Amino acid sequence: MLILGPIGFTAPWLLWALAALPVLWFLLRAVPPAPVRRRFPGVALLLGLRDETRQADRTPWWLLLLRAAAVALLILGFAGPVLNPRVKAPGQGPLLVLTDGSWADARDWPERSGRIAAALDEAGRSGRPAALVSLTDPPAGGIGFAAAAEVAGRLPALQPAAWEPSPETMSKVASALPEGRFETLWLSDGLDRPGRGALAAALMAHGPLTAIESPRPIVALGASELRDGRLVVPVLRAETGVAAGARVIARGLDPAGIERELARSEVSFAAGADRAEAGFDLPPELRNRVTRFEVAGTATAGAVNLADDALRRRKIAIVTAAAAHEGLELLAPDHYLRQALAPTADLIGGTVGDVIKAAPDVIILADIARVPETDALTDWVEQGGLLLRFAGPRLAASDIGRDTLDPLLPVRLRAGGRSVGGTMSWGEPRALAPFAEGSPFFGLAIPSEVSVSAQVLAQPGPELAGATIAALADGTPLVTRRRIMDGEVVLFHVAANAEWSNLALSGLFVQMLERLAVSGAAVRPDAVDLAGTTWVPEKVLNGFGTLADAGELSGVSGERLAVPTPGPELPPGLYAAEGRRLAVNAIAPGRSLLPAAWPAGVAVEGMVMAEEAPLKGWALSAAISLFLLDILATLLLGGQIPGARRRSGQPRESGPGVGPEAGAGPGRGAGRGPGRGSGRGQVAGAAAAGFLLLAALLPGGARAAEDEAAIVRAAGNVVLAYVKTGDAGVDQVSEAGLWGLSEVLFARTSIEPVEPRGVDPETDELAVFSFLYWPVTATEKAPSPVAYAKLNRYLRNGGMILFDTRDADVARYGSASPEGRRLQALAAPLDIPPLEPLPKDHVLTRSFYLLQDFPGRFAGAPVWVEAAPVDAEQVEGMPFRNLNDNVTPVVIGGNDWASAWAVDDQGRAMFPVGRGLAGERQRELSYRFGVNLIMHVLTGNYKSDQVHVPALLERLGQ
Amino acid sequence: MSASAPASARPAGLRRQAEALASALPPLMAEARHLAATVQLGEHGRRLSGMGDEFWQYRPAHAGDEARAIDWRRSARSDAQFVREKEWQAAQSVHLWVDDARSMEFSGDPGRQSKADRARLLALALAVLLIRAGERVGLADPVAPPRSGEIQLLRLAQRFTAPAGAADFGAPEARAILTGSRAVFVSDFLGDPAPVEEALGRAADRGVAGVILQVLDPVEEAFPFDGRTVFESMGGTLRHETRKAGDLRDRYLERLAERKTRLAHVAATAGWLFGTHHTGDPAQVALLWLYQALRKERR
Repeated sequence: MLILGPIGFTAPWLLWALAALPVLWFLLRAVPPAPVRRRFPGVALLLGLRDETRQADRTPWWLLLLRAAAVALLILGFAGPVLNPRVKAPGQGPLLVLTDGSWADARDWPERSGRIAAALDEAGRSGRPAALVSLTDPPAGGIGFAAAAEVAGRLPALQPAAWEPSPETMSKVASALPEGRFETLWLSDGLDRPGRGALAAALMAHGPLTAIESPRPIVALGASELRDGRLVVPVLRAETGVAAGARVIARGLDPAGIERELARSEVSFAAGADRAEAGFDLPPELRNRVTRFEVAGTATAGAVNLADDALRRRKIAIVTAAAAHEGLELLAPDHYLRQALAPTADLIGGTVGDVIKAAPDVIILADIARVPETDALTDWVEQGGLLLRFAGPRLAASDIGRDTLDPLLPVRLRAGGRSVGGTMSWGEPRALAPFAEGSPFFGLAIPSEVSVSAQVLAQPGPELAGATIAALADGTPLVTRRRIMDGEVVLFHVAANAEWSNLALSGLFVQMLERLAVSGAAVRPDAVDLAGTTWVPEKVLNGFGTLADAGELSGVSGERLAVPTPGPELPPGLYAAEGRRLAVNAIAPGRSLLPAAWPAGVAVEGMVMAEEAPLKGWALSAAISLFLLDILATLLLGGQIPGARRRSGQPRESGPGVGPEAGAGPGRGAGRGPGRGSGRGQVAGAAAAGFLLLAALLPGGARAAEDEAAIVRAAGNVVLAYVKTGDAGVDQVSEAGLWGLSEVLFARTSIEPVEPRGVDPETDELAVFSFLYWPVTATEKAPSPVAYAKLNRYLRNGGMILFDTRDADVARYGSASPEGRRLQALAAPLDIPPLEPLPKDHVLTRSFYLLQDFPGRFAGAPVWVEAAPVDAEQVEGMPFRNLNDNVTPVVIGGNDWASAWAVDDQGRAMFPVGRGLAGERQRELSYRFGVNLIMHVLTGNYKSDQVHVPALLERLGQ
Repeated sequence: MSASAPASARPAGLRRQAEALASALPPLMAEARHLAATVQLGEHGRRLSGMGDEFWQYRPAHAGDEARAIDWRRSARSDAQFVREKEWQAAQSVHLWVDDARSMEFSGDPGRQSKADRARLLALALAVLLIRAGERVGLADPVAPPRSGEIQLLRLAQRFTAPAGAADFGAPEARAILTGSRAVFVSDFLGDPAPVEEALGRAADRGVAGVILQVLDPVEEAFPFDGRTVFESMGGTLRHETRKAGDLRDRYLERLAERKTRLAHVAATAGWLFGTHHTGDPAQVALLWLYQALRKERR
């Protein structure tokens, strides 16, 4: 194989044929393009004319070049060119494949494992033993070489960890390296970290070391914090060379409990900067929902930052006895609570009933004995609320929880209380006993000056010891707690002010509140806070930044958590203890990302192995394309491409009546031929397409405006509307019929309709119409559910639909015709009341004309309207029953009224009705029915009320 | 038409051919009549005394006049004898020659009439006009003696729809032209001009005056060709190859102009008129020109 740069040739001897190209040059030069044969009577005049220039009988140089290039491409193609030919010499000795296996590897893990597989394959082909070591999960019992195929079998189980290899692990690997020489392939994640230099040196002592790095940038998120009410997430990167951008997404649960993107923020790295900050300005409601931040498009644990309590400002409701307490503010039962909590929490106040609605995290009752909303509060606690109560004079004076356990107190209380160290008592104020293990306060230092001089006492009982989480030095419970379902009730047996104890004045008070998760500290708990606690992992991150349930992972001591560098024993994730949650992130606070530096002598390769790519097909395709071009060019030269031969400077014969018609021939227009005109033709074509598009769009906008104008017009006038059936003929008749009816109404009554309109219930607004004519055809499509909803709303709001099956000539009995059946199907989803054939005393019979028959083009078919109420009775002396008060929402018939009403442009009836004068009478009656119908639609039961006219007149006469 | 209708005994092929030919007749006739209808005619006197219906003048009788020639009514009003002369309305004989050579079949555009079609149309329309004016119209080649009357029109149309000649370029034939008559030559005159000149000379010798109408296709005027081209005459007898047809354009046009000048010159010498018509232009223009030219010729 001959190799020239990145291209090799499998049959290089064929390249000698390139030497023949100059010969081809001369051969081709001699052959002029083939002539066109033309019949032309004027040839007699041409005889004897000689060509002025001899240039055209030679092939033009560019055509020659084209042909030479095509032939050269043919030769090159058959010579078998290959891009990136694989000619690497195989390595020697065993192969150690080392991978960092950290979260940073996760960004291109498939490529990495593919690269490892390729390396192991290669080793397997050359029979080299191999070993595969992940630095985050080194094999326990030393490193040994095995058959490459066997090692490759373990590859699918290899996954990146969410942490980075620690220096200790790396030194352990360095010390566990097998004896003898071997070659090492280190798939680095591209980050520098302590210990890697030493490992690299140890590896190089054994043989050549090849490092493989991915060019993909590493982006990670630092610890998020709440700064001035703003969430700030530092974004770190390893490559600092160029300016770049990243998008940070804040995710959290929406009110429905579904994880969603809550906010996103764009950050940009300046060139040379390894750090940028993403800020989120979120309202507290939204901010408290944030559970994690992540860099968009990067699925690594490092690009995820889990939010914990540190980001939350808890909402705390403080309820005090509302009675106007006109004492000093310092004596207010909630003053110290407010002081302690205000910096870290959002405080709300009010009655218990009010604050429960605000869904606070904690409700504090400061010296309140009874709450009226006991049930609501109990429910709230049972659903996970924390009710924190403080004793005080009122609680002590009440008899709450004396005999039985109050549902909102952790323990039973003894009557009275006690006062120690007061002027009227022996003894001295009591100090606090150290917090017992198991208490949430365990580990807190107790200042010596804290003392308690008065408190309420708990009723002794078997469960009291378990409920006590803080006690005085003499063992009297100071803080008791009881779990109620998901929530808990905590009682401080002292007051929240300084009256009974100076506890509220000490820093311990704030710490205790923090431990009780009352005040979410805006800072991460420090080592002192964490001392003595045990944290249980709830959710852990995997290397790809996905949260998963922690499962059976064991708890982690607070001391380990104080050093939040994740490792195998402390995987990144969410840890919980005592109602508090703490996040451990893959990027420890203070970590900065540095690109890995390799000692001299390490060959650094990219991730991608250049694939061998045969170019033969491409070369041959290119050659064929050139030959096709050559055909075009030859045609062009031969003047056989219409459009290409007309030149701008062509002389035109001038003289009256003599000149040829300019451009008369077909095929001379722009863009017809593929020659020189084609570019212009494409531009013209594109412009034309654009224009067409524009033209297609414009009417859309215009149509919308037109629709709106039509609706405005319909709303301001009486418009008779018909439902478009999709059958153009029927729709036309409907429109013409409503025209005719409109004209009759205009001429005879005070109703002055404007032109009728066809509506489509799917798209048109129906509310502006008071009357819909709906001809039913057998093949009509049923409206969509949305349209039915609109139609039902229309009917409910007083609209009327006249269904016309137009089949009274053939069907007399309802559903006998296809239209009737279709009508049943169409009307089934409509809210149609019970119907009855139009009774003789229906208001339709007298709303304008007195009618007893309602013919259309056909006569005699019954007309159905809303049934009269069953209790409608004809009163003695009244001509009509006092019927339903409403306009009937539907009128159903088959008399084909529209055809009877229909008039053409000249106002002539479009369809014959009946025969002779009788037919004209029938048409007149049908118009009268239409007038009555529209009157009924517009005036409702007004005419029905006329039954009272005799009585009214009689009364007026008196 | 009936003349070309074959007897039923003739072979079917001939009959079919004849019917195809005959079918072209009515359209040509109709078209020609239609075209002729666009020209308004007036009765044209000779402005000479002679045979005719219209009164021309009274002149004093002189020796040699026949006694029956004397108009007694006029003579009775005076002492002298007068002869009533009528305007000479002797019909003129007009000989048409329409080139039917192959070169006339050319049309530069599929949507355009060929030169031959246009030439025949013009000739027949002219014949319609002339016959309507009472002239006698005949053909110079193939020879059809000049006659008047509608039947002659049919005869002419029949001749025009006869198959074209095989020659590439045609030449007029002046032998059959009657002395002192008129002639109309319609051709493209792209072939050898010598026969044309000779025929013209011979006609002029016999006192024949007339009109030469050159019918050309617009393509022949524009020469819109380029590239390597082999030009062939319609019959294929002449050919000319060029490497760059575009370069020939100017010289071709020059030669064409030269040809027109030469024809015009020859025509002027013989007392004829010369005109050029393009098939791209409306035929009415050419017909009107022809008719006017003939009127001018008629002295």
